[in-house]
Amino acid sequence: MLHAENLACRRGERVVFAGLSFKVEPGAAVLLTGANGAGKSTLLRLLAGLLAPAEGRLLWQEADAFADRAAHAGRLRYLSHADALKPALTTRENLGFFARLWGGDAGAALDELGLAPLAELPARVLSSGQKRRLALARLALAPAALWLLDEPTVGLDAVSVERLGALLARHRAAGGMVLAATHLPLPLPDARELRL
Amino acid sequence: MRGFGALLGREMRLAIRHPADSLAAVLFFVLVAALFPFGIGPAPEALARLAPGALLASALLAALLPLDRLFGADVEDGTLDQLLLSGMGAATVALAKALAHWLVTGLPLLVATPIAGAMLNLATEAWPAAMAALGLGTAFLSLLGTAGAALTLGARRGGVLLPLLVLPLAIPAVIFGAAGIEAAAAGLEARPYLLLLGALVAAALPLAPLAAGAALRVE
Repeated sequence: MLHAENLACRRGERVVFAGLSFKVEPGAAVLLTGANGAGKSTLLRLLAGLLAPAEGRLLWQEADAFADRAAHAGRLRYLSHADALKPALTTRENLGFFARLWGGDAGAALDELGLAPLAELPARVLSSGQKRRLALARLALAPAALWLLDEPTVGLDAVSVERLGALLARHRAAGGMVLAATHLPLPLPDARELRL
Repeated sequence: MRGFGALLGREMRLAIRHPADSLAAVLFFVLVAALFPFGIGPAPEALARLAPGALLASALLAALLPLDRLFGADVEDGTLDQLLLSGMGAATVALAKALAHWLVTGLPLLVATPIAGAMLNLATEAWPAAMAALGLGTAFLSLLGTAGAALTLGARRGGVLLPLLVLPLAIPAVIFGAAGIEAAAAGLEARPYLLLLGALVAAALPLAPLAAGAALRVE
C-alpha cells in the first residue's frame, strides 16, 4: 500500500501543494485532476522519487519509501509528458533498451500496443500518437507495483485507449496501483479522484 | 551491471547512427592542430618544440565539443528520468556516459594523431607516446567533463560554463601528457609521465562519476 502523509512541495519560492495525504490500496486507481499548474506532474515526479518533498513522508507498506531509492525505483513505472524515445533508434530498439533493463519481451509488448508492424521503423517517423503508444509499451514489459502516468492518453486514438484500458485492467487485477494525472476521461473504472 | 551494458550499447548504437558527431570532433582536432604551423611559420624546429603541447590542447578542445549535449538531449526527451529510475544508480549512469563519450570522441582522435603529429613535425618515434598520452588525456577529460556536464545541466548557457569549469581541472593532463611526448621525441623514457597521467585517470575514475551522479540527482 502507498501512503502519502502530509506531503508538501515547493518549487523555488512558490508552494505548489501542501498538506496532501492519501492512501492507495493494491488494485486501486487514483485520478489526479486539477487546473494547469495545480501540481499534478510535480506530485507524480515526487512520488517517483525524482523530486524531494519539502515536507511530509511517503510510506510504502508503512515503511519510508525513499529510505532505499533503488528499491522504490524498482517497484514503479513512470510515464512522463516526454516519451523518452531516441529518434535515431527503431521502435524495437527503443523498447528493447528498457526490456534489457527491466526484463520482459519487447516483441510481445509491441504487439500489445499494436506497434508490431512499425517495429523496424526509426522512431523519428512515428506520429505523436504512435510515439505515445511506444512509451506506453514500456508498461507492458515487466510487472511493477505502482504506475505513475502523466496524461497517458494524449494523442491516442480510440482503439489505442481501449488497448491501454486492457493493460490497466490487467495491472489492477494483479494487485497493481495506478496514479494518473489527466484532463481526459481514462479507461479506469471506479477510480478515485484526487483534486489538487 | 546489466543496466550499464544496456546503456553503453545504446549510446554506441546512437553514435553509429550519427557518425557526423565523431567526425566533427576529429576534423576539429586536425584543423586546430593545422592552425599552429600557419601561426608560427614554417620553421620545423619551432614546430617540433611546440608539437606536444599543441597536440594535447587541440585534443582536449575537440573532446570538449560534444560534452554539453552529453545529458542535454536525455533531459529534453525524458530519457534521463527513466535512467535515474532504472535502478542502476546515478553514478553508474554517469560512468556509462563518460565511457561512451571517450569511445565516441576520444578514441577516434587517436586515429587522427599521426596526421596532426605530422603537420606539427612531431618526430615519428614519439607517435606511440603521443597516442598513449592523448588516449589517457581524453579519458581524463571525458570523466571530468561528465561531472561538469551534470553540474551545468540546469544552468542557462551551460555550454559556455562547461569549458570554464572543466579546462582548468584538465591542466595536469596537459602538463604530464606534453612532458611525456616531449621526452619520447628527445629519445628519453616517456613511461613515468604516462604513468602519472594514468594515475590522474585512476583517481578520476571513481570520483568523477560519483560527483556527476550526485549532480544528476539534485537536478
